[in-house]
Formats: sequence, C-alpha cells, structure tokens
Amino acid sequence: MTDQPPKSCDPTGKESGPRQEGRVGEADGSRLTLIESRATWRTLDLAELWRYRELLYFFAWRHIKVRYKQTELGAAWAVIQPLVTTGVFAMLFGLLMAGHEPTIPEVPYVVSTFCAMLAWQLFAESLARSGDSLIDAQHLITKVYFPLVLLPLSAVMTALVDFAIAAAVLAGMIVWCGIAPTWTVLAFPLFVLLAVATSLAVGLWLAALSAVYRDFRFVRPFLIALGMYVSPVIYTTASLRPKLPDWALLVYGLNPMAGVIEGFRWALFAKAEPPWPVLVPSVLTAAAVLLGGLRFFHRMERTIVDVI
Amino acid sequence: MVAIRAENLGKQYRLGRLASYRTFRESIRRWVAAPVRRIFSARSDRRSPISGQTIWALRDVSFEVDRGEVFGIIGHNGAGKSTLLRILSRITIPTTGRARIHGRVGTLLEVGTGFHPELTGRENIFFNGAILGMTRAEITRKFDRIVDFSGVEEFLDTPVKRYSSGMWVRLAFAVAAHLEPENLLVDEVLAVGDIEFQKKCLGKMSDVAKGGRTILFTSHNMGAVSRLCQRTLVLRGGHPAFLGPTHEAVAYYVGSGARGVSGRADLRQAPRWPEAKLPILTSISTHRPDGSPASAFAAGDAMLIRVGCRLDRDMSAYCQVTVSDQTGERLVTLRSTHAGSPLELPAGEGAIECRVDDLRLLSGEYTLSVEIGSLSGVAQCLDSVSEALRIYVHLGNYLGGADVPRGQGWFAQRSAWNWRPPVENGADGEAEP
Repeated sequence: MTDQPPKSCDPTGKESGPRQEGRVGEADGSRLTLIESRATWRTLDLAELWRYRELLYFFAWRHIKVRYKQTELGAAWAVIQPLVTTGVFAMLFGLLMAGHEPTIPEVPYVVSTFCAMLAWQLFAESLARSGDSLIDAQHLITKVYFPLVLLPLSAVMTALVDFAIAAAVLAGMIVWCGIAPTWTVLAFPLFVLLAVATSLAVGLWLAALSAVYRDFRFVRPFLIALGMYVSPVIYTTASLRPKLPDWALLVYGLNPMAGVIEGFRWALFAKAEPPWPVLVPSVLTAAAVLLGGLRFFHRMERTIVDVI
Repeated sequence: MVAIRAENLGKQYRLGRLASYRTFRESIRRWVAAPVRRIFSARSDRRSPISGQTIWALRDVSFEVDRGEVFGIIGHNGAGKSTLLRILSRITIPTTGRARIHGRVGTLLEVGTGFHPELTGRENIFFNGAILGMTRAEITRKFDRIVDFSGVEEFLDTPVKRYSSGMWVRLAFAVAAHLEPENLLVDEVLAVGDIEFQKKCLGKMSDVAKGGRTILFTSHNMGAVSRLCQRTLVLRGGHPAFLGPTHEAVAYYVGSGARGVSGRADLRQAPRWPEAKLPILTSISTHRPDGSPASAFAAGDAMLIRVGCRLDRDMSAYCQVTVSDQTGERLVTLRSTHAGSPLELPAGEGAIECRVDDLRLLSGEYTLSVEIGSLSGVAQCLDSVSEALRIYVHLGNYLGGADVPRGQGWFAQRSAWNWRPPVENGADGEAEP
C-alpha cells in the first residue's frame, strides 16, 4: 500500500509528475489512461506513437529477421526482384523500339527504369505487407494493446530496408555508367520521404479495408499490378507528353507515384526541368490520401478487434 | 488511492453474420440501402440493442481498485471476464461507460503473445517483452533474470519451433513474470504448464502483489483467487453479481453462481473404458440431501450421487465413484463394498444412490469418475467412465472461515483445540508426551 497523494488528472496523459518510488519501473508512473466509449477526435496520437517507437522498431526487426531466416537469398532478394523485372522490360523495349526506348536523354533505359522500379517496389512491397498486416497480427491485436498504426508503419519500414539495399546497387549502376550527379541529388531524400508517405497513405487504407472486408485482399494484387502501368515506371512521363493534352497530364499526375518516380529521376539524373506538372498534383493527392487514410484507419481501429 | 476506476462499463457485440468481418460486396449493398434504413431506425444506436442481433457481453460494471490491491474477477465462461480485461487493457473499446487507470498498464491475456517459431529464444524474449510493454533497456536489464526463471539457457539461440511445449511456456511465462507495470491485468495464464510450474507462477504473482502493484486477476481457479485476491467481483451473464471480500465472493460463486452447471451428465455417449463389456452407465448426477440437483457444495454438506444404469439381467454388483482434483490426482474413492454388502441390482433401468454425509474436500473443482462391476464370482469391472462429472466445493465456514492452501493438505479435517494446564492427577494425565 503506497500512500501517495492523488495526482492531478491530466486527460492528455502527458503529466510529468515526480518519479514515484523506486519500485515503479520505467518513466511516467503517473500516466493516466482514459477508456471511453466515445471516439476521440485526435487522428494520430503522436505522443503515444513516440512512446511505442521501440515496438515499431521491433516489428520491423522481426519482419526482417523472419524473412531472412526463411529465405536462402535473404538480402539478395531485395535486389534480384527489381533487377530481373527491369531486365525483362529492357530486353522487350530493346527488341521493339531499339534506340527509341522511353527513357531520359543520355541515360540508359535500364538505369532509368531500375531507378523507377525501386520506387515502385517500395510502394508495392509496402502495400502488400501493410495490406495483410492487421490480419497477420490478429493473434496479437486481440491479446495486447498497442497503436495499430504501428503495423502498416512497420510494413513500410521493412520495405524501406529492401529499398536501401537496392538503392546501393542503383548507386553502383549510376557510377558505372559514368553519370555525374548534380546538386539535385540533395532533393533525393525528400522524394524518398514522399514515397514513404505515399506508401503509408495507401497502405493505411488497404490495411483497414482488408481487415474489415476480407474480399479486399483479392483486389490488392490487381491494384498493384495495374498501378505499375499507370505510373511512369517502364516509360517516362516525358515520353507521354507529346501524345497527351495538358489536362490529361494533370490527371495523370493525380497518381501520387507519378510524382515520386519522376522526382526520383529528376533528383538523380537532372536531365530536365523539375517535373512540376506531375509533382504538384501528386503531392496534393498524397497528402489528401494520407490524411484520409489516418482518419479512416483510426475509425476502423476502434472496432477492428471485434470483427477480425 | 484509487488505481483503477470503472464506471458502468458495457460492451455490446453483434451476433450472427454481422459478428464477423464483412465482404466488400455486401457492404456496398448495405451502404446503398442504408439511407432508407436510417430513417426508420434513426435513434436505435448503441444504447438500444436491436433485439436478436446484438448481445451485451458486459453490462453496467462499476468498481474501484486501490493501488496495491489484488482484485479478483470470477465467473463462468462467457460471463464477461475476458471482455472486461480487454476493455481495461484498451484492446477493445466499451460500448458504454468509462474507466480511468493510473499508471502503466500491462496485459497478460496469454503467455507468449507474439512468439515467432522462426526466432530464437533470445530474440523472442526481446520481441515478446516489447509487445508486452517493456522497453529495450528494461528487457536488457532483466534478461539474465528472465533466462534464469525460464530454465532454458542452453537453448537460447535455438529457434523456438524446436522447443518442447513445456520449454516454450516456461520461456513465455518468464518474460511475462518480469513485466512490472503499476497495473497488471492477468487472465487465466496460470492455467498452463504443470503443477510445479503453476505453483512457481502463483508465487511470482504474490511477489508482484507484495511489491505494491495493482493486479486484476481473472481465473477459474478458486484456490488461486482465494490466496491472491483481497476483493473479488463475480460476473454472471455480463452483469456484476457480487462484489466484496474474496471469501464471500467465492462462496457466492460456488453456491449460486455454479447453478449454470447442471450437476448431471448423460453418460450413454460418453467416452468410456475401452474394455467395457456393456454401456451400463447411463448418467451421473449430484444432489442435495433433499434430492434437488446441485453441482456446488460447501464442505460439511451432505451430497447425494446418483448413478443411472441399465442392466440386462439381475446382478450382484459394486459401484464406485472416484473424486479427483483438477490435476487428476485421485483424492478419495467411494465404493459400495465399503458399506459392507454387495448391491443387488434388478434388470432394467434404475439409479444407484450414494450418500456422503460430510463432504470434507477443500475449495476447488473436482471431477467424479464412475465405475460399475459385477460381484458374482470374481469382482469384474463392466463399465467405467472417467471424469464423468464436475463438482465445485467451497470450504465455507467449515474450518472457521479460513481457507486451506493446497500445499497444506488434501482434505478439510475439523479439529478441536484447547489449552490444558498441567494437572496433577487428571483423568488423561497418561496422554502427556
């Protein structure tokens, strides 16, 4: 029995009262948890997310550990997949339109496409993983509490690890082809950030939808496969430009991955103007989808445990 | 100081097709139909259940738990115990009411949550610890103690898929046992592992309780609840049925709460002794002396056991009922031959009645196994059903209201005590040691 004076109750749960006696393990012993039937309006509790940051790391770590234990190829797989896909398209386009492949001037088609493929892989991997993340973790989420948003978030983080490995290969490729980077390469991390935000945005939607509507998981592979062709992965937006009116290009830019991929190409190769016409709509859509996704996920989060 | 305060907590579930996940197609259809429906059921939101489609798993549960208190929650399966713990641990949200919890909350609804078979013991300790709410620094600090407690140090770098189930549970519980939040919500985790290990776990729980932490403990194990908890809430059908000192709550639960259990079992289809010649045993039931069916008894009560049987011929027979505790240990065998003469049974249906005048079992759950055999010539077993029926016993006031932990014996034996001053020429002077 401890005879502590009652602590004032701060509903945000962030009160930083004095440390309680030594027997209280970690950090803020005076944390107050409020459990209510009404929905909270906060879409994303950043303070809580910060408290759970280690678990986020553990989730990603476990994904990676388990995968590398289950596959002989391990890290190589992250490279082989985009490399082979790129190789197939390079051969195909090489046969069909030798010398006129849809690429950036002075950049080999393989390099330009591999660069785009990395962004696409990051996106597709994130989607596949986050889409199943809630269902795969149903034994966890019915037994212990944690912010469910950690699951799609860790899915994106895992995909990001693969991306980093493949990006090293891309860097080697660029050096080998003798392409000199310009200052625009400084913008590359920003585009990676945009890619992550886009992946998370769509991932949140898919995760919640797949958990609530089980037939949604069959829609997902189709969306991912189709998505690659409506994004400038195996061709460049510039190669579409002469064939499309300006408004169509804007509509095309509504696909947030269009902006990401063209941004990647611009940052690494800088052979053209910044891709504003696709970038602006892309960023706007990504932001809208992300906010909407957080909101939708948050709403679903409260009831998902009861239906999963 | 109040650590946990729950006010009118309630949880409503949907039944039937809607209880599960939906399909996208169906949802689109419902969504299209929704505006029409909404007009007709505008106010039928969560407070008024649509009858037949919803069920209240928990209703109007309010209580307060002081800091450092060990609070028990008992009730039958489906009484809402798990739902209550899930709400308090924020896994699911309540439909009504609210709760406040001061301090960190740790939940133990099962051991080994998040264990991955491909990962090694060491890796699983870290992941499992993290998911239970420990920080990495905390796990690192407690790592050696966790490993010691589990006793699997040689296999730390072996994937847990190669572990025996016993090792697995040990490791999992070792992690759980080192979870030290201010509030611990525990659900039946002691129901795993062998008796030795269960004892270790119970001991750990009392240590944690003595450390000033608040514990909410749900269990079927009345002995554990009696030993650990100061106050206990009895849930029945989602409603709070009783809240008070543990011994009263357990008495209430065993006395009336167990009414849900019929105290009768049909044995005609029951799995039986494979060498049984004939399915003679048809039923077994327990009753109070007045013949009313009962499954819960207080120590010192009289109990009637009726064994229904059907014979194809007249027979000189014996009947035997063995009482075992939850671990399967046989505590006592009641046998008709103990009464001196064989049972002379006529052909046809009937019931053999056995009367125990003063039940001297400790609090807990017991199973009855029944056997019948012929006594013509050599005694020969004819039919036997193990664990045919379950009964609950509560010590009540048999031993002055005290509970006897299992470690102190198997039976309740009354005894009279008094102080005897030294007597020069007393009648029992020779009894002095």
